[in-house]
Amino acid sequence: MLDLIAPASASAWHALADPWAQAIVRRAFLEIGLIGLLGGPLGCWIVFYGLSYSAESLAHGLFPGLVVAALTGIPLVIGGAAGLVVAALGIAIAGRVPTIGRDAAVAIVITTLFGLGALLALSPASPPGIQGLLFGDVLGVSDGDLVFAAAAAAVTAVSLWALQRALLAVGFDRGSAPSLGISPLLVDAALLVLLALAILVTVQGLGNLLALAMLVAPGATAALLVKRFGPMLWLAAALAIAAGFGGLYASYYLNTAAGASIAAATVVLYAGAAGGSWIVRSVRSRRGLGGPVGARSPEYARMP
Amino acid sequence: MAEAVLVECRGLAVGYNGRPALRDVTFNADTGERIGVLGPNGGGKTTLFRALGGELEPMSGDVKVLSRCATVPQTERSRLDYPVSALDVTLMGTIPLRGWWRHPRRSERASAREALAAVGLDGLESRTFGELSGGQRQRVLVARALVQDARVLLLDEPFSGMDVASAQRLSELIDRLAGEGRAVLVATHDVEQARRWDRVLCLNRRQIAFGPPDEVLTMQVLEATHGGTIVELQEDGEHVAVMPAHHHHEGGGGHA
Repeated sequence: MLDLIAPASASAWHALADPWAQAIVRRAFLEIGLIGLLGGPLGCWIVFYGLSYSAESLAHGLFPGLVVAALTGIPLVIGGAAGLVVAALGIAIAGRVPTIGRDAAVAIVITTLFGLGALLALSPASPPGIQGLLFGDVLGVSDGDLVFAAAAAAVTAVSLWALQRALLAVGFDRGSAPSLGISPLLVDAALLVLLALAILVTVQGLGNLLALAMLVAPGATAALLVKRFGPMLWLAAALAIAAGFGGLYASYYLNTAAGASIAAATVVLYAGAAGGSWIVRSVRSRRGLGGPVGARSPEYARMP
Repeated sequence: MAEAVLVECRGLAVGYNGRPALRDVTFNADTGERIGVLGPNGGGKTTLFRALGGELEPMSGDVKVLSRCATVPQTERSRLDYPVSALDVTLMGTIPLRGWWRHPRRSERASAREALAAVGLDGLESRTFGELSGGQRQRVLVARALVQDARVLLLDEPFSGMDVASAQRLSELIDRLAGEGRAVLVATHDVEQARRWDRVLCLNRRQIAFGPPDEVLTMQVLEATHGGTIVELQEDGEHVAVMPAHHHHEGGGGHA
């Protein structure tokens, strides 16, 4: 038996270790690990603050900034940041037009900006490779990208740690937060700044269209599995890193696009967690219906 | 226990965007006193609480709160799908004492557990807030106010949507908190509830009346407070006042 297990485990180990022999893949693992550390925990707050649509909009809105940066040779981070400012200003101005609703204003501005970026990126005059901004190029990250991702992950971790009580209180009951000495407006602003930073980092690795996968799916998956914020934040980071690494391995062995493979892995994890929790609920519900007399039912099921 | 004034309002006017939502408010609340704040929805009850809590500046008049003040909001405003335990929610009450950026210390956790025990929820500290009953959730929010070491408690419609047994427990808790020397202000639009407290403050965008319920809750005052004609009925030998129909959709209220 051992004769069979030993070669199998050795070949599995080789399969896991092989990609790490290449420097560009090692850098990709590091970049994705940092994005997971940053995006997973932040994603929990994005999900519970209902900011997933805002995150999607911001990611698309900064696209022209990225394209202009790539065309002119300035760092993508600077172009992306400028794109974010333009998108935020555009939404703020369009939102004030009385005949346009706030939702419609966001949709109009973001679609316009994204279309503008796509027009520039897909123009025959644009240099080859610029289309990579749409889907990312995690295998082509530079040392500067890694340093920026590490700094952003550190800033996000410290900020979330410091803001945790305020975020918790405002998300729980926005109306009574001022009576606890917390301004919901400032907490929202801080969360949006962290979200913008996370988008800038994630877009570099996964591209404009797929960045949201790492910022929303791991947090949403963790929220399905645990009922307390503390463990949820850690689980979301672990899930994001697992999905990122899983996607990279899939990309390496199946010869698929890295960004798309990572995004698919986050969706697979979410679908697995959703299916698993549905099965657990169904089994519990059946046991509850057919269970022994006196079996405990949840407090909220018995109380008004 | 020596009686002392904890809250004092003189000619208070308060509102939003330069427009008064409530005016002519003159009352005081003393130690050990339970005050019902009666009024329709939009009558200024929450606005008064926000002024007492320091969230709104008076537009004119004076408001003095001579001790720490804590608000107990309606549980309907809290998210039930939120991943926090009863202890987590209670610990939010320590934020005004130490700042939002500091994580709770062991001593604060101990005082939060004591507060939960004081409201009869010992053993349920780790229960998710959304899994608790309506009455238990309201008591968690009272515990959150207690860890603030507040001697003035402002309860915003605490009996709303509560069953009789839970309401009875909460009522006893309010009596006990007042008995310990706190001033407890209870906002309600239910006249019958207002009758149970020591004094009643009737509001309808201005102060209509203030005093002991037997003296204050006349048909004339109730009509002015609820902004409509009160129908008086007889039920089992007792007088029953029926509120104007447009307030009934909010639930509760209706008897006097």
